[in-house]
Amino acid sequence: MNRRGRLIPWLWLLPSFLLIAVFLIYPVIETLRISFMNRDSSVYVGAGNYQYVFTNSATQTALLNNVLWLVFFTVLAVGLGLIFAVLTGRVRYEAVAKAAIFIPMAISFVAAAVIWRFMYAYRPEDFTQIGLVNAAATNLGLEPTAWLVEQPLPYIDQLLPSPLHTNNFALIAVGVWMWTGFAMVILSAGLKGISTEVLEAARVDGASEWQIFWRIILPMLSPTIAVVATTLVIQALKKFDMVWVMTAGNFGTDVVATLMFKEMFNFRDFGRAAALAVILLVAILPVMLITIRRFRSQEETR
Amino acid sequence: MSAHSKFFVGVALVSLVALLLPACAAPPPEEEIGGVEVLGVWGGDELASFQAMVAPWEKETGGTMEFTGTRDLIAILTTRIAAGNPPDVAILPNPGQMVELAKDSKLVALNSLMDMNKIRQEYAQGWIDLGTVNGKLYGIFMKAASKGTVWYNPKVFAANGWKVPATWSEMIALSDRIVSEGKTPQYPWSVAIESGEASGWPATDWIGEILLHESGGEVYDQWVSHEIPWTDSRIKSAWEKFGQIVLTPGYVPGGATAALATGFIDGSYLPFEEPPKAAMYYLGAFTQGFIAEQFPKLVAGEDYAFFPFPAIDSRYAGAVTGGADIVVVFKDTPTTRSFVSYLASAEAQQIWVERGGFTSVNKLVSLNAYPDVLARQAAEQLTKATIFRFDADDSMPSAVQKAFWEGTLTYLQNPDKLDSVLGNIEARAVDAYR
Repeated sequence: MNRRGRLIPWLWLLPSFLLIAVFLIYPVIETLRISFMNRDSSVYVGAGNYQYVFTNSATQTALLNNVLWLVFFTVLAVGLGLIFAVLTGRVRYEAVAKAAIFIPMAISFVAAAVIWRFMYAYRPEDFTQIGLVNAAATNLGLEPTAWLVEQPLPYIDQLLPSPLHTNNFALIAVGVWMWTGFAMVILSAGLKGISTEVLEAARVDGASEWQIFWRIILPMLSPTIAVVATTLVIQALKKFDMVWVMTAGNFGTDVVATLMFKEMFNFRDFGRAAALAVILLVAILPVMLITIRRFRSQEETR
Repeated sequence: MSAHSKFFVGVALVSLVALLLPACAAPPPEEEIGGVEVLGVWGGDELASFQAMVAPWEKETGGTMEFTGTRDLIAILTTRIAAGNPPDVAILPNPGQMVELAKDSKLVALNSLMDMNKIRQEYAQGWIDLGTVNGKLYGIFMKAASKGTVWYNPKVFAANGWKVPATWSEMIALSDRIVSEGKTPQYPWSVAIESGEASGWPATDWIGEILLHESGGEVYDQWVSHEIPWTDSRIKSAWEKFGQIVLTPGYVPGGATAALATGFIDGSYLPFEEPPKAAMYYLGAFTQGFIAEQFPKLVAGEDYAFFPFPAIDSRYAGAVTGGADIVVVFKDTPTTRSFVSYLASAEAQQIWVERGGFTSVNKLVSLNAYPDVLARQAAEQLTKATIFRFDADDSMPSAVQKAFWEGTLTYLQNPDKLDSVLGNIEARAVDAYR
């Protein structure tokens, strides 16, 4: 190629590079720099902000909550998505069932949070319940619970520390409600990609449905599961709107994103907010690396 | 295409992007004279009233007012100021923010904008002082509200033979009596402090009012300006008295959990439902608007009324805390000058006063303009108060205010952790008052 030919690709790429540099690389470097400074970025404080984040109980709660979201949200959404994908594939009204489960994805997170705030609404005992969940509970003879206010789980709170509280799980349930449809749709597509001949051969060999599921379907589905899990892990780490609208991070439901918002706008401590942002970034990095590795190996097999 | 033309297409594209980028960054065109952008927290009824108030100005001057309402005022304002794009005028819900902004030199001093003689004639010195930072006036107070009002249903009280308490001990005795009698309502108190991101502020109103009545104006001032620490025994005592109301078994239906989970507007309905679910509800004078909207058939003064917050220490009887919205100006233009001078005038404020839900601190607004007996009572309570203090959490730096709000939530869930709650707020305060 002549010189001009080698220059052309760079010219085409230059606008995107500029945009990425301005909107991605510069902010990341700035945030990193601010995280080592004090509240209004006038004095260098070294690792002081990070020390605060890891030792202060409020931020520790937020970090633990994020781990809780990571584990339960991902596992539940993927698990339920898988179950629904397998089950809906076997019924005639598959399209209707899938649509019904997928619809929550179509509404915005804030809208979902507002809806579920009403679902979880609490009125004291003897009052008419306006929240669907509590109405169902009282009709069954149980006491109404304030789902969004911190409530230690019965029996478990003696054994395990926070953040295993009812309200965290209530919030995670909403997240799962929204994202199960996504997981189901992608896993269903993956399922359809498994050739029926393999399954038939297994059935001929005398394998039970259960064995087929565990020994054949799951291993063949693992790349798809990995893709879904990666997306959901990123979602769990990013969680802000749902927590913010339902509890504003009160009652022990804070996550890193809501805490960062509060540090920035209510407490006006830019150093700490930046430190939290960097922690989120570092937490996401392994996920990103795995995704890139997988993408590369997929490209190579082409 | 040949390599030659590909090259030039590439260069053309890059140049195009390079030309467009500065255009994107160029400032928006100058606003026409006559448009003023106002940022505030109001929505719904309050916004409709504000627009009615501004309408005569718009007709007279031909200007237009554009209102942006958001409950997340702090966040929006911080971002816009940092971006160099503040609104023309903002209506802040508390003077603490105004002081911070004034100290950061973001506000225009009103001394040059307005006719100070007129202001001094129409506003009591106390209100002018509250809006002054470093000797210059930065904010005009609109829409004041007394926060020393306990709401109750006079008909229910009469039917059950209950008397309106005048002192704290009478109020506690009445509460115990209501619990033991078990009539309808069987609960003496409705307490509701949920409010989204600002959850906890009604509790801070309680604590501030109690502190003012228990320890007086000077201690209150020392508390607000952080001359005494949050761990001081007098502050702790105020918290514990508030805790007594919420945590005493049988006082609040659903106890602390209900207080934490119920919105402050929903909580105001309990004494007036059919049948009533609670006897009393403490929240500021603006509660009248909530009750009137939910129960339009009820008559002010007969079916719902308030009694002044009871005295704790007789030396401080008649003390009252209150709040107000403050108008501040970010840009000095002929439009904003005309607009703000109009807002501060008695004619403008009278419009909202007549609509209800608004107490003016402008001396020229006559008491007869108030639409009903309760509004007049609330205005009188403000103007005749022996000791008046601005709502405490609104006067503190926003970091401390947030810590205060959150602290009440933690306290109600873990009453035995009061010392650590106060310690936490103290730590925030030490940082924030530098």
